[in-house]
Amino acid sequence: MNFLSAKLKGRLQDFTLDAAFEIPASGITALFGPSGCGKTTILRCLAGLERLDGYVRLKDDVWQDQGYFRPPHKRAIGYVFQEASLFPHMTVKQNLSYGMANPDKVHLHETADLLGVRELLDRIPDRLSGGERQRVAIGRALLSKPDILLMDEPLSALDRAAKTAIIPYLERLHAGLSIPVLYVSHDHSEVERLADHMLVMDKGRVISNGPLDEMLTDCSLPLASSREATSILEAEITGFDDKNVISLLTVKGATLQVPGALGPVNSRCRLRIAASDVSLASTHPSQTTILNVLPARILAVHDLGNAQFNILCALGDEDGGRILARISRLSLARFGFETGQDIFVQIKGVSMV
Amino acid sequence: MWETIRITLQLAAVTTIILLVLGTPLAWWLARSSAWWKEAVAALVALPLVLPPTVLGFYLLIAMSPSSPLGQLAISLTGQSLPFTFAGLVIGSVFYSLPFVVQPIRNAFEAIGERPLEVAATLRASPWKRFFTIALPLARPGFLTGAVLGFAHTVGEFGVVLMIGGNIPGETKVLSIAIYDHVEALEYDQAHLISAGMLVFAFLVILAMMVLEKKLRRGPAHGGRS
Repeated sequence: MNFLSAKLKGRLQDFTLDAAFEIPASGITALFGPSGCGKTTILRCLAGLERLDGYVRLKDDVWQDQGYFRPPHKRAIGYVFQEASLFPHMTVKQNLSYGMANPDKVHLHETADLLGVRELLDRIPDRLSGGERQRVAIGRALLSKPDILLMDEPLSALDRAAKTAIIPYLERLHAGLSIPVLYVSHDHSEVERLADHMLVMDKGRVISNGPLDEMLTDCSLPLASSREATSILEAEITGFDDKNVISLLTVKGATLQVPGALGPVNSRCRLRIAASDVSLASTHPSQTTILNVLPARILAVHDLGNAQFNILCALGDEDGGRILARISRLSLARFGFETGQDIFVQIKGVSMV
Repeated sequence: MWETIRITLQLAAVTTIILLVLGTPLAWWLARSSAWWKEAVAALVALPLVLPPTVLGFYLLIAMSPSSPLGQLAISLTGQSLPFTFAGLVIGSVFYSLPFVVQPIRNAFEAIGERPLEVAATLRASPWKRFFTIALPLARPGFLTGAVLGFAHTVGEFGVVLMIGGNIPGETKVLSIAIYDHVEALEYDQAHLISAGMLVFAFLVILAMMVLEKKLRRGPAHGGRS
């Protein structure tokens, strides 16, 4: 039972939630959807700050079930709110240690180092920047030794610069953290960078739930139809061409060539390919400047209704990495692509996330 | 006169302490409860603001009379009935000054909002810990205002004291009544002295409160402004 599972149903003010889901109790799960779709409500219900009918279970620990409701302070959660909400009458250090069962200086300092707030310990929250405050809030939640970390759009109150500065800390957490994280966001790029798993919500319901790469390329979901539709591929750096300064990145079903030294050989990274940067060819084009022309198979053809189509392809054969291509109705008519067909994808732009 | 000053200050101090102890849970409940009849209670608490003190004093006198349940309880406990005693004055003052203490504390609790308490709850703080480590410290300015207003208002009490305290020197005679007595006896010098003293006292109290409140709002007690 290595899952967080919940079923929540009910009304809060003028809002109705009816959601049931089960997500892995490891890695980062993005809770994604337009604002007002109930993401925050789900988080609050999981934390016990709000009560709706249903159940909440983390692994084999029951937090809520029929007639049973564990109050928030007895749930092993860490909650990071949209605004840092530090206690204004306490120093950073007092804020950090507030939720610690036994004050452990070493652990506190480790966490402060990890989040880059060691120098701020004696300050009061009033004197911190927005990014610093949010880092302290994350540290404070972590130091209470939670079994799950709930983050409610922790970056949305920050300006772009502060956001860019804080994301590396979150990535470091991602690598070092053994507990699951449920991360509410409506920012596409944040999700692409951080999440492993994704829960897609709309109007108080969970409309889909699965691994990130599948969710991003699932043509039945709003993500794949949006203008910023992308595919995410997990890659391993398998070689480096010194002379031409080209890195070789192996993904499922193909090897990509990407300009630049992207990292040490054998390290892993995550690649992002915009659907609009992918074009298709029915035969191998011989005259092209595009580096990555790869054999692939069409898994689905999806009409977006605005004279555009999404073509979902798998690199190599069906089991390969999934790539989404955005093409016009005219091109589709001209080439007559259909499901199951073997074609070539031409990838114009690849970036690391 | 010193005796009168002592009784006045003692009455104000005892009343303020009692009001802080009783008023805090009441203010907390008024700030946090969602009961529909909450505002009715709030109106009862605020009543002494608009009620003529003599009316309040009259009803308290009736309530404390030896034939009433409260009066009988007092007699069985202390062997003495409440009117015209210091204890009776304290009870009257508690009712009289109640809104001046409860209202600022309630406002301070409400100003904290839900969020800091929710944050504390997600950090394993029990309701008691939340109250003592978050709500109380954050509401400090309200407590200061409440205590000062309660104290000063009790010092200036007149109508209620007259109704239930009488005017027993060394027992229930307070400054505001002394002024009245002096004026009645055409002893304007004494009346001037006490009145001027109370004027200065009131000014200093309000000034001190404003300065302190400003300081409190500025940050944590261990004010490390680096």
